[in-house]
Order: sequence, then C-alpha cells, then structure tokens
Amino acid sequence: MRALLLRDLRLAIRSGGGFGLGLAFFLILAVLVPLGVGADGRILGRIAPGILWVGALLACLLSLDRMFALDQEDGSLDLLATSPIPLEGVVAVKAAAHWLVTGLPLTLLAPGLGVLLNLAPPAYGWLVLSLLIGTPTLSMVGAFGASLTVGIKRGGLLLSLLVLPLYMPTLIFGAEVVRRGAEGMALATPLALLAAISLGAAALLPFAAAAALRVNLR
Amino acid sequence: MSLWEYANPKRFIETSGRVLPWAVGLTAVCLAVGLVWGFFFTPDDYKQGSTVKIIYIHVPAAMMAINTWIMMLVTSLIWIVRRHHVSVLAAKAAAPIGLAFTLVALATGALWGQPMWGTWWAWDPRLTSFLILALFYLGYITLWSAVENPDTAADLTSILCLVGSVFALLSRYAVNLWNQGLHQEASLSLDKEENVSDVFWQPLVICIIGFVLLFVTLVLVRTQTEIRARRLQALLARERVA
Amino acid sequence: MPDLGKYAFAVLASYAVTLLVLAGLVALSVWQSARTRRALAEVEARQGKSDG
Repeated sequence: MRALLLRDLRLAIRSGGGFGLGLAFFLILAVLVPLGVGADGRILGRIAPGILWVGALLACLLSLDRMFALDQEDGSLDLLATSPIPLEGVVAVKAAAHWLVTGLPLTLLAPGLGVLLNLAPPAYGWLVLSLLIGTPTLSMVGAFGASLTVGIKRGGLLLSLLVLPLYMPTLIFGAEVVRRGAEGMALATPLALLAAISLGAAALLPFAAAAALRVNLR
Repeated sequence: MSLWEYANPKRFIETSGRVLPWAVGLTAVCLAVGLVWGFFFTPDDYKQGSTVKIIYIHVPAAMMAINTWIMMLVTSLIWIVRRHHVSVLAAKAAAPIGLAFTLVALATGALWGQPMWGTWWAWDPRLTSFLILALFYLGYITLWSAVENPDTAADLTSILCLVGSVFALLSRYAVNLWNQGLHQEASLSLDKEENVSDVFWQPLVICIIGFVLLFVTLVLVRTQTEIRARRLQALLARERVA
Repeated sequence: MPDLGKYAFAVLASYAVTLLVLAGLVALSVWQSARTRRALAEVEARQGKSDG
C-alpha cells in the first residue's frame, strides 16, 4: 500500500499532475471575492471563514476526476482490483494521496489567505484546525464520487453535482468552527461533529467506493 | 440482456394495470375533497391570516418529498440485496416525483414565508434542507441518465441513494445548527402550543392521503413505463445483433 | 372565493404553482407511458412476439 501511495504522489507532483493547481485556484478565489464583494474590511472579515472553506472545497474538486480515471483508461485500475490489496485499501490510499497533494497544502496556505480576507486574529488557529480535520473528508467523499463516475465520459460536471451536496455538512460545521472561533464562542459541538464526519467517512466510504468501482469494472 | 427476465415485471404490469383505474379515481376524489374543503371552507388563522390555507399543499408535499426518498432508499436496498428489477425501476420512477414534491414544498414554503419574513427567500433551516434534498434528487436522476448500461446504472444509483441518505440526514442536523438563532418565532407550521383544531386538521389529513395516493398512482404508471422501456431496449439490442 | 385579504397573492400563487407542477408531472408521465407503449408494440409486432 505504501508503494501505491508513493506512486500516486509521484504522479501528482510530476508535470501535468495537477499539483499546485488547487493552490493557485484557492489563491485566485481569495482575490476574486474582494473584487466582487468590495474592499470593506469589516464585511470581508465576517465572510472570510465561509470564503476560505468554500474555496478549499472547490479547490479539492478540481483534481477529483483524475483520481481513478487515469488508471482506468490505461488498465491499471483492473490490475489494482486484482492485486492482493483489497480494493477498499486502494480507495483509502488514493484518497490519502489526494489529501496530501491537495487538502494539506490548502490547509497550510489558508492562514495566508486569511490575511488577505481580514480574518479575525483569534480565528486563525481554528481555521487551520478545522481544515486539517475537514479536508480529509473532502478527499474521501471525493473519492466516492470519483468511483461512481469513473466510467462516464466527461463526467467532471456530474462529479461536482454529486459531490457538492455531500460536502455540505462538512462545510457547515467547518465554517461554523472558524466563525465561532473568531468571536470567541463555544465551538465544541461543530468541531466534534466535523471530526465525527471525518472518522465516519474514512471508515465507511471506502466500502461504498470500492463497491462502485467493482460495478464499473465489470 | 434477456427479455422478461423474471416473471415479476410482467406480473407487475398486469397487477398494476388492474389497480390503476381505482388508484386514479381515489386520488382525484381525495385531492378534490381535501383541497376544496381546505381552501373554501376553513377559517383564517388568527396569527397567520389566510396564508394558513397553504398548509393544505405545503405540508403534504413536504411529507411526500421525504417519504419518496425513503421509498427510494428501501427499493434501492432491495435491488442491492435481492436483484429484483422491478424494485430498482420503481426507485428510478419515483425520483422525478420526489423532485416535484420537493419543488412544490420549496415554492409554497417560500411563498408562505414571504408575508411573515418580508423576503422572497429566507435561509430557514427547513427550506434549506429541502433545497439540499432537491439537489440530491437531481444528482440521482442525472446519474441514471449518464450511465449507459442499465444494470450498472441501477447499481451505481442505488449506492448513491444509500450514501446520499446518510449525508441528507447529516445535512438536516447541520443546517439546524447553522441557522439556530433566526426565525424561530415565525415557524412554518401551526404552533404546537395552539391546539390544532379539527377545523384545520380534518381537511389536512384528507389532503395528505390524497398526496400519498397521487404518489402511488404516479409510481405505478412510471414504473410500468420503465419496465416497458427496458424490454424495448432489450428487443432493440436483439434486433441489432440479429 | 373566500376573502384572502392581504395574503391573496401568496395563497393563490401557492395553489397555482402546485397545480402547475403536479399537473405537469402527471402529463409528462402519461405522455412517456403512451410513447413507450407505442414503441414497444411496434417492435413487438415486428418481431412477431405475441406475449406481453
């Protein structure tokens, strides 16, 4: 499994692998929003938690359709399915690779963008924590969506339609943590729920995704 | 691909064909009685004025929007476990019905809220949940049409329905947390503190029954269509091979 | 028509939207049913099947 992880990471970082695309998109979004909404620091500060979370979410979407599609096209997905690693493990590794290459860098970049969006000082720590806990969910849910649409030509848009509603609970709780953190309010509930969704997704979604992959590989 | 794969699809069409005229008749009667009674022969609510008349369509539609998804969940599970074609085709048939009910619930909810909140749309937790539900229906319907092989589509959409159900529930609670503070006074229901008098309740029950019957009738009709369409596809495929 | 007062628009629009959406769904379902029935009958006749 480690070999698979390293292979996926290497593929992603190589040219054309999409690494950095998500980061660039995230940055552009942080510029677009003030341009669209106006430069009033107070307004920006209030919506910053939401913008940062929505931006992270959309940036994660960008590289999802390549998760299984490339392997399926050249036949290596069939090989992976018959390898000694259970397909569920393959899914988990691919989701982990996606997170390492997309979610984690986004989490690290977010505080910088928070400065651009006038995020309140107490919120920075909560921003990083919520993204750290929430972005793995985005990768895992994204893997599930990708497994459903892997056989569909140009299924990227459909992938977004399927995955974005599934992202909503994570978005709601994640942004709520940052918002409450900014105002010093109690945030144990959304934080706990955010973590619970992450754990549940990591534990259960690989089975659903593997089932979908098996259906598509028939 | 074989033709009438199991006897079941054929039996379903025969049985439902016999039941349909009754279903249509009962639906029409219930809806007519319930809606006419509710619209013309009930008083105004002292707090909400004549807008209370909207419950006769908003409440049944909202209930059916959720019940349809639950039916899809059950029939999808039956497909996954028992490979019963009629089951999954019924789920496919029900989805547009559920979407329609959801849209009605949303529109009537927004229209009901407008006099109360002064805006055409408000991110009330209930309305937001229904908006998310509409997206789930859309995704399910779109996935069916995006996958060419019917059995593959059946499997994938069933998996989506299962996973989607979990997230739909999660969203319900998330949205409540997200918008706890606002609009708690002006909730879209007859207050539980007020005694819901029979004056409102009786026509409402009839309307609910009418909407359930409408759902059943439409599911029967649409499932028949799906079964016939599947047989049509199989026959055409046979022709192409021959 | 009962006196709907100032809420006339909200109430009437609600009923109108509902009737439109539901009637549309019924019409669509009936039309799809008829169309599929016809197509199936054609193909079945062509293939000489007598069951179904």
